[in-house]
Amino acid sequence: MRAPPAYTEYHPRWFRRRISTYWWLGQWSYLLFILRELTSVFVAYWVLITLLQISALKAGPQAHAQFQEFLRAPLLVTLNAISLLFVVFHAVTWFNLLPQVLVLRVGGKRLPGAVIAAAHYFGWGVVSAAVAWLLVGA
Amino acid sequence: MGNRSNEPLLWGLFGAGGVVAAFLVPVHLLLTGLAFPLGWLEPRSYDSLLHLVRHPLARLYLFVLCSAPLFHWAHRFRFTLYDGLQIKHLNEVIFVFCYGAAVAGTVLAGYLLWSFP
Repeated sequence: MRAPPAYTEYHPRWFRRRISTYWWLGQWSYLLFILRELTSVFVAYWVLITLLQISALKAGPQAHAQFQEFLRAPLLVTLNAISLLFVVFHAVTWFNLLPQVLVLRVGGKRLPGAVIAAAHYFGWGVVSAAVAWLLVGA
Repeated sequence: MGNRSNEPLLWGLFGAGGVVAAFLVPVHLLLTGLAFPLGWLEPRSYDSLLHLVRHPLARLYLFVLCSAPLFHWAHRFRFTLYDGLQIKHLNEVIFVFCYGAAVAGTVLAGYLLWSFP
């Protein structure tokens, strides 16, 4: 009588190398990746400010004026300047990435990526000018 | 963790929000966040701005401007915590927090704009 053979279970997960929590600090391209992902935090921050602004506009002229005053605080201006850098970084990386995702064909030929990116930059300019035209007072 | 069948929808919202955030957020941030407070440009008066926002199209625009980027944020922030900081054991909590905040912001935007005077 032989004892049944004892098997060691195979656990591939046990052999994974542990990766440091700060792996993204090791290489410039990794850091840029994390910074690009973090642009979303500044986007969300701006949505919050926009919601507060709509709420102030709704509450009346006094609340609206108070909110304008709040936006003049040096802390807010600094935060907005930093946010603008991040949001522009998002826009640029987004438009540069699009040609790799968006495959457009004209007359059976694939449109070059540079053309797609350029069209988006042009559109960005047009849209921004339209918003400025609507928001800037006489 | 979200249902697997939700992923295409969430991915779509991420993309839509990314487009809105790329095209529209920079100019709004530059004007309302810097140019107006610092006096580089003159904003619309209260009455004029109120008149503009009363238009249904302007309110629809503002709704999209607020809602879509929040879902974009939810997606990116979720995976930043997941891949960047490797917080994998709190995956469900992070999912609920991110998309819960996006839904809450959307509901708030809808309420504020729907009941606009």
